[in-house]
Amino acid sequence: MTSQDSFGADPLNAPVAGSVGAGAGLAGSFGASGRGPRLLSGGGRRAVAVSTASTLVVLAALVAIFWVAPGSAAVRHTFFSPADMWQSFIGNPKKGYYSVGAAIWLNIRMFLVAEVLILALALVIALVRQSTSPVMFPFRVLAMVYVDFFRGVPLLLVVFAIGLGVPALRLTFVSSQSAAVYGVSALVLSYSAYVSEVYRAGLNSVHRSQLAAARSLGLSHGTALRYVILPQALRNIVPPLLNDFISLQKDTALVAVLGAIEANEAAQIYSSTVFNFSSFTVAAILFLILTIPLARFTDRLIDRDRRRRLAGAVT
Amino acid sequence: MSALRAGPEAGQAAGTDAIRIEDLHKSFGPHEVLSGVSLTVAPHEVICLIGASGSGKSTLLRCINLLEPIDSGGIWLLGQQVTGPGVDVNMVRRRVGIVFQSFNLFPHMTVLRNVTLAPMKALRMPKAEAEASASDLLARFGLADKRAEYPDRLSGGQQQRVAIVRALAVQPQIMLLDEVTSALDPELVAEVLDVIRELATAGMTMLIATHEMGFAKDVANRVCFLEDGQIVEQAPPAELFTDPKDERTQRFLRRIVQAGRM
Ligand SMILES: Nc1ncnc2c1ncn2[C@@H]1O[C@H](COP(=O)(O)OP(=O)(O)OP(=O)(O)O)[C@@H](O)[C@H]1O
Ligand SMILES: [Mg+2]
Repeated sequence: MTSQDSFGADPLNAPVAGSVGAGAGLAGSFGASGRGPRLLSGGGRRAVAVSTASTLVVLAALVAIFWVAPGSAAVRHTFFSPADMWQSFIGNPKKGYYSVGAAIWLNIRMFLVAEVLILALALVIALVRQSTSPVMFPFRVLAMVYVDFFRGVPLLLVVFAIGLGVPALRLTFVSSQSAAVYGVSALVLSYSAYVSEVYRAGLNSVHRSQLAAARSLGLSHGTALRYVILPQALRNIVPPLLNDFISLQKDTALVAVLGAIEANEAAQIYSSTVFNFSSFTVAAILFLILTIPLARFTDRLIDRDRRRRLAGAVT
Repeated sequence: MSALRAGPEAGQAAGTDAIRIEDLHKSFGPHEVLSGVSLTVAPHEVICLIGASGSGKSTLLRCINLLEPIDSGGIWLLGQQVTGPGVDVNMVRRRVGIVFQSFNLFPHMTVLRNVTLAPMKALRMPKAEAEASASDLLARFGLADKRAEYPDRLSGGQQQRVAIVRALAVQPQIMLLDEVTSALDPELVAEVLDVIRELATAGMTMLIATHEMGFAKDVANRVCFLEDGQIVEQAPPAELFTDPKDERTQRFLRRIVQAGRM
């Protein structure tokens, strides 16, 4: 998980809704006029040709190094055997291994459920930490301890603690859930601590005078938060939130240690049954297919943000 | 008027003054900003607060709107004490609008939504009704064609007029204006001052902190000069500007004249 400090902490430059249209005026330009560093810079056909050529050269060099390495053949066989990759992808229960391709669905489901719960729990934590009423004092302390604790303890330990500890308590219902449920619980507990800090940065990025203006109209604190502060805060934190969700997607693989048959665990089972690691390559590819679109989407939002800010600065 | 206060023992002591402030004290840490301010404003009266930067004009207005807690003294609005326990602050604020120097429009909402938010969420006015009366108000202040714009597409003068309309939309009986023209380019000041003049003509009770001495002269029934956390002198503008009694007022006005601002 990455630092969110660079986002949303600047009330003066916070993007605002109204500037979307203004940003469009700059969209055709690049470099100094607001595009920022882009993956494919503008500059027409020649630039495209140059970047294509240089990409091919770099790729060729990497493949060549891989190919001439002394252990190349062995590595290719154990990690990139097409037959093994296909077998582990489709799975074969009769031979004792599961389909990595099917198992990734568990990762996706865990991710989706965890994401919704994290967004809700983290918001509650952030609002508690931002509260000022003396009545809330014990809850503020609790929220602070919570965040400190779960940001400090490695996620893997949380997964173990929940996945092994809770069943050992032998409570009715709570102690008889599946590994995936404990895994999701651990992810939610841990990530909520991080995401609450993202929310907090977002709330702080909205200038105090907005709250004063809302309250001065006779709106209650809750209503002011709901309609005035939160919408502006959320707009500022979408990119860092997406960033955290990219790492959440791959951290669902940690639930493997509890024995849930997700992609990583399915790959592990294949490799120990067949003694070939190509199944891990399949799992890696599947995770990349999941995370890359989200990463590109995040880039686009950040880019849009930058253009908006610059458009705002112009006017 | 009883709506201002939740408790049954609502104090009627102050009669029908729109605003009555008694011996108001307010400190920020060790720094006492208001040290014993007393002021009475009659209904429909327009009072201008003048004074050097940092003399506590904004703080006084924020205290009246209950945006700042006070240390001691009392504030009565429309005959009801609003300082002390048991006061519904949201109810008070609906009766007392405040407009800030820096507009503080909600940037993620259209002009219309800025204006209708409080009527809908605080007064529980139906949307159609809120939009109809918002449109009327916007039209009255020359903003009819800006309804669908976002605030950052408006000029400073337009933004400040929207802020005034937004405060008026909850139908307050008193308006507090805090240097509403200070952040504006000179050529935009007039349009906002015109709006305030119109409000004064319509009989709105107003307490206006301002650096615009000419405007104060023109619109105020009474001008109060604030220094050292107290109201040093108050008088009708004709009197205060031409024949100030207190030596501190004289000094302040001399400096204003020297700076070419009057
Ligand atoms: N929230 C606050 N915390 C601490 N000090 C404050 C706060 N608000 C105002 N002050 C201090 O109180 C004093 C009075 O401020 P205030 O804004 O009321 O003055 P003002 O008369 O409105 O000045 P100006 O004409 O510059 O607007 C100043 O010294 C200011 O630094
Ligand atoms: Mg001020």
